[in-house]
Amino acid sequence: MIELLIYVFISIGLLFHAMGALALHRFFDPYTRLHGSTLCTTFGSIFLALAAIIYALQAGLFPIALHVFLAIVFLMVTNATGAHAIARGAYLHGIKPKRLAVDELAKVRK
Amino acid sequence: MSVFIIASVVLGIIALIAIARIILGPTLADRVVALDATNTMAVAILILLSAEFRQAMFVDIAIVYAMLSFIGTIYFAKYLEANQND
Repeated sequence: MIELLIYVFISIGLLFHAMGALALHRFFDPYTRLHGSTLCTTFGSIFLALAAIIYALQAGLFPIALHVFLAIVFLMVTNATGAHAIARGAYLHGIKPKRLAVDELAKVRK
Repeated sequence: MSVFIIASVVLGIIALIAIARIILGPTLADRVVALDATNTMAVAILILLSAEFRQAMFVDIAIVYAMLSFIGTIYFAKYLEANQND
């Protein structure tokens, strides 16, 4: 039963990581690529870490479970912050999003 | 062969697909986005390997790698912001 849960979580995590890598190639400008890759890789990492935590708790390795939990909390915070910083830097670099209808940041920064 | 080592090999192949975007990417922002995704995948590989080899030290290395990649991402964002004309 626990083995099956580990397999299911690893499958979900690998599927989301593959979707994130595919998003880098299927989307068309940096902002959409950032959206797809950051969301999918963060969500996939959460599931892979859940699989590792379940395995470590079942095998009685409590330090590994605690450290993996800390690592995944840190990853969830820094991935969101880094994606925000990249998007802001890319906008100020001069890259306009394609198919852009309303540019509210241009009015603010004038 | 445990399931964790198979999963880490598959994740390494997925990371190679993301590295292809670093090489191909038309603009600098595309390359930075692909590098960020690749760093997240490396942290996930280290977490899987720590469960495989039952070593808590691998996760500590993953945490430090995540910190350094975050600093690198912020630095690249500041670089993009400072250089307006490609």
